[in-house]
Amino acid sequence: MRKTRKITALLLAVLMLTAALGGCTGGKSAETASPSASAAVSAAPVQGGELTVGIAQDLDDSIDPHKMVSAGTREVLFNVFEGLLKPDTAGEMQPAVASDCKINDTGDVFTFTLRDGVKFHNGNPVTTKDVIYSLKRAAGLDTGTPLINGFDEVKSVEAPDDKTVVVTLKKPDIEFKAMFTAAIIPDGNDPTKETIGTGPFKFASRSPQQNVVLEKFDGYWGTPAHVDKVTYKIIDNAETLVMSLKSGSVNLVAHLTSAQVKELGSDFTVVDGTMNLVQALYLNNKVAPFDNVKVRQALCYAIDRQNIMDMLSNGKGAAVGSSMYPNFKKYYRADLADVYKPDVEKAKSLLAEAGYPNGFTMDVTVPSNYQPHVDTAAVIAEQFKKIGVTVNIKNVDWGTWLSEVYSGRNYQSTVIGVDAASLTARAMLERFVSTSTSNFTNFSDPEYDKLYAEAAAATDEAKQVELYKQLEEILTKDAANVYIQDMCDYVAMGQGVQGYEFYPLYVMDMSKVYFTNKTAA
Amino acid sequence: MRYILKKIGIFVLTIFAISILVFLAFQIIPGDPTTRMLGTQATPEKIAALRAQLGLDRPVLVRYFDWLGNFLRGNYGESYSYNMPVHELLSGKLRITASLTLLSFLMVLLISFPLGILLARFAHSWFDRVMMVLNQIVMSIPSFFTGILFTYVFGLILKFFTPTNFVEYADDHAGFWAYLVFPALSIALPKAAMVIKLLRGSMVRELSEDYVRTAYSRGNSRWQVLKGHVMRNAMVPVVTFLAVTLVDIIAGSIIIEQVFNIPGMGRLLMTSINGRDLPVVQTIIMIIALVVITVNYIADISYKYIDPRIRFR
Repeated sequence: MRKTRKITALLLAVLMLTAALGGCTGGKSAETASPSASAAVSAAPVQGGELTVGIAQDLDDSIDPHKMVSAGTREVLFNVFEGLLKPDTAGEMQPAVASDCKINDTGDVFTFTLRDGVKFHNGNPVTTKDVIYSLKRAAGLDTGTPLINGFDEVKSVEAPDDKTVVVTLKKPDIEFKAMFTAAIIPDGNDPTKETIGTGPFKFASRSPQQNVVLEKFDGYWGTPAHVDKVTYKIIDNAETLVMSLKSGSVNLVAHLTSAQVKELGSDFTVVDGTMNLVQALYLNNKVAPFDNVKVRQALCYAIDRQNIMDMLSNGKGAAVGSSMYPNFKKYYRADLADVYKPDVEKAKSLLAEAGYPNGFTMDVTVPSNYQPHVDTAAVIAEQFKKIGVTVNIKNVDWGTWLSEVYSGRNYQSTVIGVDAASLTARAMLERFVSTSTSNFTNFSDPEYDKLYAEAAAATDEAKQVELYKQLEEILTKDAANVYIQDMCDYVAMGQGVQGYEFYPLYVMDMSKVYFTNKTAA
Repeated sequence: MRYILKKIGIFVLTIFAISILVFLAFQIIPGDPTTRMLGTQATPEKIAALRAQLGLDRPVLVRYFDWLGNFLRGNYGESYSYNMPVHELLSGKLRITASLTLLSFLMVLLISFPLGILLARFAHSWFDRVMMVLNQIVMSIPSFFTGILFTYVFGLILKFFTPTNFVEYADDHAGFWAYLVFPALSIALPKAAMVIKLLRGSMVRELSEDYVRTAYSRGNSRWQVLKGHVMRNAMVPVVTFLAVTLVDIIAGSIIIEQVFNIPGMGRLLMTSINGRDLPVVQTIIMIIALVVITVNYIADISYKYIDPRIRFR
């Protein structure tokens, strides 16, 4: 027995050693704000309170607003950083750090007047020096590599006086206005070391894989936020996300699926909008059999969009027929969604004309971390059976998807949602220009290239919009991809939480969310 | 002494081999850190610039030895995803996972030893039979399932704890351990069941040996025989198994951390692999390898103390 105790002690010592390896204290703070859910008495906003939001992915690309690439990071940092301009819920560019924006007649010089009284989160006022530093950094004027794609169009950034900033482009581009949502940060600042912006919330702390904490910025120039503090909790497991809503440890979760919403029951306020992306079965236009337009068209006739939406989201979502989503009203063409109606016979005859009377076998590569896309691929596989096309679904992780499918273009087809990094038509349509580095579908049409160049250079906005609409039509007629839908986006809020508003961009504006009673807050 | 030296030699070689495997694995699997960091905004120029910045444009061998040299000097590099030194990122996580492992292992010991001995003492009684059936059932339920079950029953229905409401040790000591109880139990239950079965079987076998009869004939009571004679002999296979169990618990915690949303090392490993955050992945795997090998060695050496008849050569 004495020996037994020794062995136990020995084994415990090993464990202690294991524990000691992680000896240093991880002095990070965890948020324990868990407001008790009680019935909302009135819908009037109560100021204050601490909101906990569940997000599925950590901000692990970069918290540098000029370097961030993932939509999940963008939607959080939208609350911290602001550009000279900022989009509103209608998708219009509103002045933010600048109070005014003027474009010259030739469309290559933008003149901004800085707004009075805009302060950084560290208390310092925003000066032209900060603006010049930020824009030059984004454009890579000193390094040669732009941090934000497309920003290399900037030729120079100058400040003729201490209230004015003049940006000159290399060539006329009126659409470039939307690029001025690029974050303004203090002169010389490295955002990964010190995260300072001008938005309604300031960055308080982060604990990798655990949380990101934002605090209300009292010196904000615009309409202040309602809540004092927002804690984003990182919960990557879909099951756990729903459970944390139910248990009250999280007040708000966006991007839920209809299955998750069903699980929640009736104690939650659920609002739905769209995700502002184009979900499609993207085809590699360069590989057989998708290099044949008839095959692509056949696939367009073979899918039933409504059926996909019924299966995935209780019929919600918006069917699309080209690379533009409905909330982008200025450019969206609703008629294109009806060009290909489900028609199995027509699909079969087109396949026969293309030389595939008995169909073929195709691979659909899907990123396994995006369940809606995985599910969509399964529904498509079922629908394609009717025309004799056998689908082989390949699940890959996100890193593999990015390197094999997106950059490598080494795939047959994929289901994914493509969103707009900025509120420009170009963010959706440039990738189909044959020489574009982001043209992962290898789409190539000389007419498209020509028209696109014309659209990008147009200095008359009405004409430009018209040209972009024509480009969308080419994508539909050529059946560049099998366009499906702009997916439904469910946002669930616990009792006593209200005010969530949808934007035509993938962002979550926390400054508008509020508690409706003191107990909840 | 020669034995110990030989063991240390093999230890070093094993670690070296693992370091090569870990490093090479990420040269072979598709996706490199830059494609992940730049996402859909990647352009050939941006990729080239970032590769140069991270030193990924150098040959594999150069990078390997550079990494190994730094690793041996205690410099684990900087996380690509979080822009912070790996040791800083890991220290907090390691503590959480070590606590979870420790708690779980303690539970295994506390559950299995009393029960295993008790069942051996009352072997073949009705109590033993009922318990062994129960034991078999517990053994076959995977820990992630137990975890989900616990979350529903004790978290959502009985409200013993709030799922996902993990608290840091620094903020609330008691709260920290309290949150770990159910995750640790989920991992411990099937492992404890296995130890019970093994310990009971091993003791029952020993009880039929001749020396046991001799011990009885000397006037020892049943408990004295069990404690003084049988236990020691029955321990050899159990200790080996406990070492394996400890390693299993570390692996199990990787899964359980996902279920209970515990921001430990396992979760960091999973996301770092997905994010191709190589400095983090390499460091974590090296730590796990070191712990696993060390535990096994200690188990090997401990046989001698349990059973002096075992000689090392």
